[in-house]
Amino acid sequence: MAKPSERVITIPRMGTLQLMLEDMFARLDVKYIMPPPSTAKTLEVGVRHSPEFSCLPLKVTLGNFIEAIEAGADTCLMAGGCGPCRFGYYAQVQKEITKDLGYDVDWIVLEPPKKGFISFLRTFKKMAPHRSIRYIWRQVLISFEKARHYDSIEKRLLHNRAYELEVGASEKAYTEAIDILRPAVSKEEIAELAEVALKHMDESVAMDKTKDVLKVGIVGEFFMLLEPVVNFDIEKWLGERGVMVDRAVYTTDWIAPSLANQVGGLSKEEVSKYADKYLSHTVGGDGQQTIAHTVLYVEEGFDGIVHLMPFTCMPETIAKSILPKVSKDLDIPLLTLVVDEQTGKAGFITRLEAMLDMMWARRAAKAGHDDWIPAGAGTH
Amino acid sequence: MAPTVGLPRALLYYKYHAAWDAFFNHLGVETVTSENTSKKVLNIGLKASDSEICLPVKVFYGHALDLGEKCDYVFIPRIVQVEKGSFTCPKFLGLPDMIRAVDNPPEIISPTIDVRNGRHAIRDAALEVGRMFTDDEAKIVKAYKLAMKALRKHEKDLVKENIEKTPIEKLKSLIGGNEGNKEPVLRIGIAGHAYNIEDPYISLNLIQRLKDRGIEVVTPENVPMKKIKKAAKDAPKDLFWNYERDILGASYHWVKNKVVDGIIYVVAFPCGPDSTIQVFVEGYAKKEGPVPLMSIVIDEHSAEAGLVTRLEAFVDLLTESKLSAQGV
Repeated sequence: MAKPSERVITIPRMGTLQLMLEDMFARLDVKYIMPPPSTAKTLEVGVRHSPEFSCLPLKVTLGNFIEAIEAGADTCLMAGGCGPCRFGYYAQVQKEITKDLGYDVDWIVLEPPKKGFISFLRTFKKMAPHRSIRYIWRQVLISFEKARHYDSIEKRLLHNRAYELEVGASEKAYTEAIDILRPAVSKEEIAELAEVALKHMDESVAMDKTKDVLKVGIVGEFFMLLEPVVNFDIEKWLGERGVMVDRAVYTTDWIAPSLANQVGGLSKEEVSKYADKYLSHTVGGDGQQTIAHTVLYVEEGFDGIVHLMPFTCMPETIAKSILPKVSKDLDIPLLTLVVDEQTGKAGFITRLEAMLDMMWARRAAKAGHDDWIPAGAGTH
Repeated sequence: MAPTVGLPRALLYYKYHAAWDAFFNHLGVETVTSENTSKKVLNIGLKASDSEICLPVKVFYGHALDLGEKCDYVFIPRIVQVEKGSFTCPKFLGLPDMIRAVDNPPEIISPTIDVRNGRHAIRDAALEVGRMFTDDEAKIVKAYKLAMKALRKHEKDLVKENIEKTPIEKLKSLIGGNEGNKEPVLRIGIAGHAYNIEDPYISLNLIQRLKDRGIEVVTPENVPMKKIKKAAKDAPKDLFWNYERDILGASYHWVKNKVVDGIIYVVAFPCGPDSTIQVFVEGYAKKEGPVPLMSIVIDEHSAEAGLVTRLEAFVDLLTESKLSAQGV
């Protein structure tokens, strides 16, 4: 095991979480290795060593850890939790499994602040023992602030992609926008460059804002929503087919669900306001949020909802049991996609295509047209 | 006619039925407990529930909807925390809402049981339910007290204080035909939820099958709470699930104190909490024992033949290893 000051930390891959942690580690002078991008092999390694019906996020992130350890990491950083979703034990389960496999690594488990704010801070100190807690906390907050902007830029991408005239133009602008913000260090720079980056998203891409687009809200379990590898990047698939996509949770919403200024998330009061009629109690994870976001998307005039969840996910299975009623009551097309290691992209695409057709048909019916295929559907 | 309240014989019924019976009984409310789980009940559940939910919840749907036809109300409390800081399974938190989301749902009584709601949280929940049937608050409080007393008695009756050493005599006779010998020679701990292992339909009659072979069976409910809590301290992280803490603590206790010859871990597909603590229990049984452990996963497609074969193999293995340890 490494001396604390010489640690090489690694984290699982989850969408833009990496951007935030790279920034934070740089500020704190922490050495790190990011796991190689998740591939079929990552999943295979994870699945082989995981309990059979643990959920996909455990399996994929275990694969990430193993690949990062093989690449030279000696300390695994994982989030904790205090229930009732089983995610709260994943660090311990993964520790047990890697130990069994003979890997001699340290584990740092970041338990949520509500389990004790002092020990929450001390966990950061473990990562950067050479820095004062005061300094660390200040940097963490700035890093988080920056990550909020990363999320806003991503949100803009999901909205804009439907209108782009040239396929891939928004995606390219997104990469550039991230690069614009990345060097920002001070709070002032962050605010300034974030504005430039957002402007770049809007102005460097040729868009037809008059185009008739469908609006689809994506709800469900956070890991499935945030990590494009496990959801086959359906946001991109939808966007390229002229669908304006909105997502229920962004990285920073997941990190601090209790704070204001969420990019896509809802406060506790909002969740309760929208979900209570159907699910009046939290069920851990994002179960109640899924219901709340669905109701809210309907209120905001969305054309359909895609619900993403890992197979065997407890909170989302509860949501899935209740969503058919929500869909029926509010008259909204809803597609639940359950993902495990056997899931293939083709099955997803077929169902999404059918859903697009249906949403266009409903649009046409509402407008009183018999001919339900609009000029722009199916083309780009 | 006085209203009737249905008690679904599923899930937490197995833990709390003593309290529920006593409570409604004192209030003079007629209760109807659903029949034992059967193919008919399961089929009702399978039709109404989501395909991905775990087996015992599917069974619960069956019981609750079946009762909905026969009673005015179905009693489905939302049991969130029965001990501060530890949850029940997420499914118990959403259970009333899940049943309400079916087509033509039954009328449901669903008080929230959450000890974080103050010192009198459970009594307040009892008052909320009681007021539906009577204005006499003193009577409701009395009913609540009787219910808690009945529950404590029920739990105490299940505890077997003096299980310490495993019996080793007469082991030989088990191999050469055990006729006439009523003394159990092997003791197996069944780790799993009461609503699975005590339901003969769900568990394919596991406990009786073992007893028929002259094997003594112990379950987590037989282990004194003190010992469960003490043993559970060895877990890699405090468990935030109450019932799983009991299963883990009981298993750890069995392993640590060599109380049983083997453990059968019964998991219903696809139980979330069990998929997690299974890793901890299996690891512990291997390292601290070693105590042989067999995991059995059950779902609505489980077949008797598969179970019997595995049980036989496991019992043979336990017998052999015990004999060789005795030098027989």
